[in-house]
Amino acid sequence: MQTRRDTLKQSMAVASLLAATGLFPRDAFAFNKAAFEARSIADVAKAYGAGAPTESKDVTLTAPDIAENGAVVPMAVASSLPGIKHLMVLVERNPSALVAKFDVTDAVEANFSTRAKMGQTSDVYAVAITNDGKALYAKKEVKVTLGGCGG
Amino acid sequence: MADPMRIRAQASGSNAVVRVLMSHEMETGQRKDSAGKVVPAWHITNVTTALNGKQVMSAEWGPAVAKNPFLQFTLKGAKAGDKVSVTWKDNKGETRTDEATIS
Repeated sequence: MQTRRDTLKQSMAVASLLAATGLFPRDAFAFNKAAFEARSIADVAKAYGAGAPTESKDVTLTAPDIAENGAVVPMAVASSLPGIKHLMVLVERNPSALVAKFDVTDAVEANFSTRAKMGQTSDVYAVAITNDGKALYAKKEVKVTLGGCGG
Repeated sequence: MADPMRIRAQASGSNAVVRVLMSHEMETGQRKDSAGKVVPAWHITNVTTALNGKQVMSAEWGPAVAKNPFLQFTLKGAKAGDKVSVTWKDNKGETRTDEATIS
């Protein structure tokens, strides 16, 4: 006879198997794993269905020249262009480049600030993806004196 | 249960600047503990915000967002008295929603 405990154990096992194969049904919150595992800016843009990124003056990135503590680096991304779909912050030399992706709607300005971790001195990119699939970026080098990724 | 978020929303003209400070460990999955074992990743993956119950912004975050994340954004066409709610969800499935009134 199968007890309730056995049934629970088996369903747990099946669930973890499903999770391992990536077949587990996605919930309402989408999380683009490919994009967050990508290492280069072009790969991230591709993961969101955009073409090769080009540099643009209409995207702005605000970050310090020197970050004393890589664990907390304030960054702001903004764009003056209309029709922006996503705004992203990327740190090129982090283990995975993408830090954060913001979806822009009509109700918010394309201007976000947050704080990121940086493992080492690296170029930081602000990437804007427009509704017609173009990827525009601005970059800035941030020097890190104390890393924030592991130790 | 995670600690509440601190949300500050201030109207300026027809816009409102919202600043959110979340309380979360944001473990990267890169760090090792004293026994040399990798500390598993534990970070916020999704953030959504709503103005008066209607979703206005969503974001996906990786493990590289700093511990106790800070987020600032500007809402268009928001006025004092409107309600802003912020929800996050982490990779362990935990979520938290907090609400603030624009002042």
